[in-house]
Amino acid sequence: MSPKHAIDEPTDAATGPDPAAPNPTEPAPPNPTEPAALDATEPAPPADPAVPVARLRSDRGRTTTLPVRPEQPDAVEARRITATVRRTDIFAAIGAAVAALSVTTLLYTQLAPFDGVLGFVVIAYLAFLGFYGLLVSLDEDGPAVRDRLVGAVVHSLGFLVLAVLTLVVLYTFAEGWKPLTHLNFFTEDMSITGPLEPLTQGGALHAIVGTLQQIALALLFTVPLAVICAVFLSEIPGRLSRLVRTIAEAMTALPSIVAGLFIYATVILALGYRHSSFATSLAISVMMLPIIIRAADVVIRLVPGNLREAALALGASQWRTVWHVVLPTARSGLTTAVILGTARGIGETSPVLLTAGGATSINLNPFEGWNNSLPLVTYSLTRSPEESFIVRGFGTAATLMMLVLLLFVLARLVGGRGPGQLGRGQLRRRARESARDVTRYARRAGRSASYPAGPPPAPAGADQLRDHVVSTPEKENRDG
Amino acid sequence: MAAVDLPRTTIPGPPDGATDTPRQVRERRGGADLLFRGLARGGGVVVLCVMLLVGGFLLYRAQDALGVAGWSFLTTQEWDPDAGAGRFGIAAVLTGTVLIALVAIVVAVPLATGAALYISEYAPRRIRQTLISLVDLMAAVPSVVYGLWGFFLLQDNVLGLSNWIATYFGWIPIFDVEDSDPRDPLSTMTVYTSSTFVAGLVVGMMITPIVCSIMREVFSQAPAGEREGAFALGATKWGMIRAVVLPFGRGGMIGGTMLGLGRALGETIAIVMIISPVFEIQPRILENGASSVAALIALRYGDSTEAGISALFAAGLALFVMTLIVNFLASMIIARSRSGAASEV
Repeated sequence: MSPKHAIDEPTDAATGPDPAAPNPTEPAPPNPTEPAALDATEPAPPADPAVPVARLRSDRGRTTTLPVRPEQPDAVEARRITATVRRTDIFAAIGAAVAALSVTTLLYTQLAPFDGVLGFVVIAYLAFLGFYGLLVSLDEDGPAVRDRLVGAVVHSLGFLVLAVLTLVVLYTFAEGWKPLTHLNFFTEDMSITGPLEPLTQGGALHAIVGTLQQIALALLFTVPLAVICAVFLSEIPGRLSRLVRTIAEAMTALPSIVAGLFIYATVILALGYRHSSFATSLAISVMMLPIIIRAADVVIRLVPGNLREAALALGASQWRTVWHVVLPTARSGLTTAVILGTARGIGETSPVLLTAGGATSINLNPFEGWNNSLPLVTYSLTRSPEESFIVRGFGTAATLMMLVLLLFVLARLVGGRGPGQLGRGQLRRRARESARDVTRYARRAGRSASYPAGPPPAPAGADQLRDHVVSTPEKENRDG
Repeated sequence: MAAVDLPRTTIPGPPDGATDTPRQVRERRGGADLLFRGLARGGGVVVLCVMLLVGGFLLYRAQDALGVAGWSFLTTQEWDPDAGAGRFGIAAVLTGTVLIALVAIVVAVPLATGAALYISEYAPRRIRQTLISLVDLMAAVPSVVYGLWGFFLLQDNVLGLSNWIATYFGWIPIFDVEDSDPRDPLSTMTVYTSSTFVAGLVVGMMITPIVCSIMREVFSQAPAGEREGAFALGATKWGMIRAVVLPFGRGGMIGGTMLGLGRALGETIAIVMIISPVFEIQPRILENGASSVAALIALRYGDSTEAGISALFAAGLALFVMTLIVNFLASMIIARSRSGAASEV
């Protein structure tokens, strides 16, 4: 193909000279069949082959002449550096940091009567921003300086948030590790332990047991109800489901203390049922239900519509579509929703405060008698003026944090996959089901061979079919 | 000019005589399907009933107190429901709640915006997922743990800051602190403890991850084409963020802030651990003494008589209505913005 392309009208192309000029670097000779068109334009400048030329030939059409690239010498192209950080940027940041630290230290030790860590950090930070802007402005202009300064501020805000999180978690563990080193913390309760007893006596078993009872009961109530409700919201759309969705979203704002107050007034005051883990689990359920429903609704809505349509097109009924397609597809997301809701529910103090009573000994019966929970024990122990109780309170807080961390890691492990991505066990199970289907089809084909209509389905090799079925979701995942 | 053969299509007219009638589409559902639909609808109705029951019961139990107090419920500052009409009201606690929530928002929004921008725009791609998980984890930390941190660690360290603000900005009414003379070197710092400011700081830390995760979601949904367009026009990164990401995410930013505000209004235990409750409107946020509706309920539920419980319900109702309105507005704003419909709390 010639490097010069003439986009001409069909008539020109039919009668004009061969577009492939013998020497591609020469400009094309004027088309002799159309002098009028050439006259209409200015006399063409001596065309430089390296410059793009587009000549307007007439009102009827255009000619675009693509430029001819200059001959490349046989040089090896140098790889371009695409990094966005230059060496001068790093030098400017380091220089500004050193200057800011020096100036602030000078200010604090020699010039001014300042003290306090917080003030030092703030002054050093402001000085850093000033020096950094100054250094960058030596090389760059206004917008670039602003860009660098905002970049520095955004980075530091991001690190500040992470630092706060690390501080909160580490502080709890640093203050509370001491009781955790004694085994009795996990095997004894506080029924006979006074404030003056050493850490080698008494523990938080009653709170751990209570927490587990309450959260287990709450999950028993909320998970089926929340999943059914989320399925209702997305699978049976209508006026009712819109109303339920609106109300459920609004109820995510329900303050946990109000949920506790509600159960306290209905179950305990009105029905005369005593403080117990059961009442607490009801309060936690009222609080967790809208949270899980909302998260599960989002997850189920993420299930691709064509999966549903495929199932319906294969003749599946609605509930089979939901049971065999929608819920398995959304499984990991649903699990994440439940686990994160659990993490919220397990850490709530105020509903427990109103409904559990606050026992100091183990109560294995969740339906009767006072009980306790880790957050409530943390709260009540740290309210006490006794040093040993406060240390124990930090210990229970650390235990609670460990539970939450465990739940969180679980959620990440389960919820790492997107909708429709299968784990290894699910793939194996699906392969088994497909193999069973193949034998079933084969049997049915043998039975229906006597029917006159249509040939029996071609008997595919079972292994082949299974491989095909198994490989499909993987391929989808790769593409998606 | 030679005639060119253009491809032609002839659109067929309707066939003679026959007129199409729309087909009747009839849904036929099997028994299992009907059962499933009934069950799902039942689940939805149960949830709806529970939710309405909470609201309805609050209203029902609050009636007595509201009937006794009338409109003075909104204007009375003290809280003594056993003493009869006009002796209890939510003017003080509601103001305190709003003040704490406002301090929390003022702390949380810049932090959350910065962190969200960092995660969605600046952070290296390979650590982005880790950062998102960490922020989610921060949202899952129990509030009692935040309370411990605020009471035992943060409070002692911000007293100096409170003192500094009160000294140099005390001429602004909300930063004024009575009974303290900053020029007096012997004055104690205890006047700055258990204040609205400290409680607001802790609650602000608690709601930062919630606000941050919603903002990050809308920021990351800003269209790539417009981002690249801004870069192609020569914008710096900050120029691109200001011209594309922030305007695109404005709805999500406002909605996320209001969701955070809803959480801050309803926060209980961290506030109970920090404040020392007072029952008067206390607008001096740096000074010892603060109040909040949730803390009032948590502190007074046990020792109350029938009238007291009813009054607490009225306070809870007021809190609930306030968070409900804030939450409704938030989800409406998030849904209306061009993005963020799929964001979750």
